[in-house]
Amino acid sequence: MNSIAQTDRFASLGGIRGNGPAFALAAPWKGGLAAAGAWSLTAVLTWAWPDLTPWPRTELLALLETGIALLLAGGALLGGPRLSVIYPYDRWFGALAAILALWQVLTAKTGLLPLPFFPPPQSILEVYTDDAARLFESVWRSLVLLIPGYVIGGALGFVTGASIGWSKAANYWGHPVLRFVGPLPATAWLPIAFFFFPGSHSASTFLVGLATFFPVAVLTASGVKGVNSAYYDIARTLGGSERFLILKVAVPAALPNVFVGLFMGLGSSFAVLIIAEMMGVKAGLGWYLQWAQGWAAYANLYGALIVMALLFSGLISLLFHVRDRVLAWQKGIVRW
Amino acid sequence: MVTTLDATVDQGLSIQTRSVGHWFDTKDGRLDVLEDVTLDVAPGEFVALLGPSGCGKSTLLRLIAGLDAPRTGKVGADKVRIVAPHPSRLLVFQDPTLYPWRTVRQNVALGLEATGQVKDSQERIDRALDLVGLRDFATALPNELSGGMAQRAALARVLVNNPRLLLLDEPLGKLDSLTRMTLQAELVRLWQDARFTTLLVTHDVEEALLLAERIIIFSPRPARIVREIRVDASYPRHRDAPELQALRREILVSLGHDHEL
Repeated sequence: MNSIAQTDRFASLGGIRGNGPAFALAAPWKGGLAAAGAWSLTAVLTWAWPDLTPWPRTELLALLETGIALLLAGGALLGGPRLSVIYPYDRWFGALAAILALWQVLTAKTGLLPLPFFPPPQSILEVYTDDAARLFESVWRSLVLLIPGYVIGGALGFVTGASIGWSKAANYWGHPVLRFVGPLPATAWLPIAFFFFPGSHSASTFLVGLATFFPVAVLTASGVKGVNSAYYDIARTLGGSERFLILKVAVPAALPNVFVGLFMGLGSSFAVLIIAEMMGVKAGLGWYLQWAQGWAAYANLYGALIVMALLFSGLISLLFHVRDRVLAWQKGIVRW
Repeated sequence: MVTTLDATVDQGLSIQTRSVGHWFDTKDGRLDVLEDVTLDVAPGEFVALLGPSGCGKSTLLRLIAGLDAPRTGKVGADKVRIVAPHPSRLLVFQDPTLYPWRTVRQNVALGLEATGQVKDSQERIDRALDLVGLRDFATALPNELSGGMAQRAALARVLVNNPRLLLLDEPLGKLDSLTRMTLQAELVRLWQDARFTTLLVTHDVEEALLLAERIIIFSPRPARIVREIRVDASYPRHRDAPELQALRREILVSLGHDHEL
């Protein structure tokens, strides 16, 4: 009796299967079942409680909520160890269902929060079903502006920073410029950039590049300057050329700093991107926000903000993933 | 068990210093660290440079390694003036200073990589790892190693290049006493097998007596040679041997520690 209880306990904690017909005997993910229950309740609320004024996507929302409830229940009963990575998030799944329910009660069901400023979730769902093409187009246009600028700015910032960190002459001429111009927010260059560049697209790429360039350059330079001089002594006695010292010692030793710069650069490039899209480009998520505001389409506004949060958070996660791969040798790094 | 890296090992380098003086310019003025150091080391000899901490012995090693140039006097290897570092003269520091982003094996391969020989030298790297007993840790990262293992890896990193002169700057200074004793024995074995010249900087009298054929005693900063003592005892030496105890007292007196007797 005792041993069976223990097996069940371990199965639910770490997803370890017992002996025999394991799936049937493995304990279900209790938190997942509870979350599935919460989502079912929310679905019932969405379905059964009539909207104050009917929203066209209420049924779809109820359907989606039911789907999530079924997925959670299925995962909890059949998922086994494969899903153990999401087990700790059971309370989050439950909380999201509760928030969705409360949000509907306050908006669509009772109208306690006024329209148009507080659209119900079904109207945001409607944005995704009815305005998906424009949103996709905006995401695509934003990425096309962001990624080339970020890559070019990051690469130039890295080379500039490595030069300033390594060479006394580059430091003499470059460092004061970085110190003087670096603190200017890239958005301050916006009027000039839009004046000097042939099109708003190239101007925005330049601004995104600039926003990435400075943090990467400053942090790479300080990373290269801060390399333990004994590392160079070792490489020099072993017969390393200057090229070897730069590529095999200075750069790898400075990489943790470079990634901090890339992270900061990514953050400021988002800010510049959105403002450039609002001010000049007339495309992308920033433009979508402004367009939605112009029409007082608050559901579209919130919908675009959610997409933006997913996109930017995803890009930062990607950067951190790359960093964790590249800097696997390093321990105790900041987690995202 | 492999004991040497190559069947044909180059002879150790001879070292000459002539009236070497060195100082650093600090914001409080000139800081003298070496004064009139004249020294000859025969090929294959094991010489300990003994003196109080911070007296300037390490600076002398850096000059011989070619990492810095002496302010006055001359430093030579095989009677050729030393003007730059060379892979035949290699340093091991008190800290292992392994590159933390490289595995043990990649750290050991560093010198071969720097001189473009790494492709033809995989076996050589294996043998160097065997030599220090780290074959099983070839893929480990430096921060996964104990202090003693890290220092062994640092030794393998220089030995794989077949140095003709080994410059050891208190390489065992930070290790616990048991690990230190093991590595002292291994150093003697490596030196006896490979026949490189060895200069060991230490402030540990016992270590100097256990390892070196000759002990050069330095004064406090600026370092001047106070005395030379030849240690004729055969290897492996035992720390309790009466002849070493007698020398130990003599050395301590030279260092001004007669009150400890």
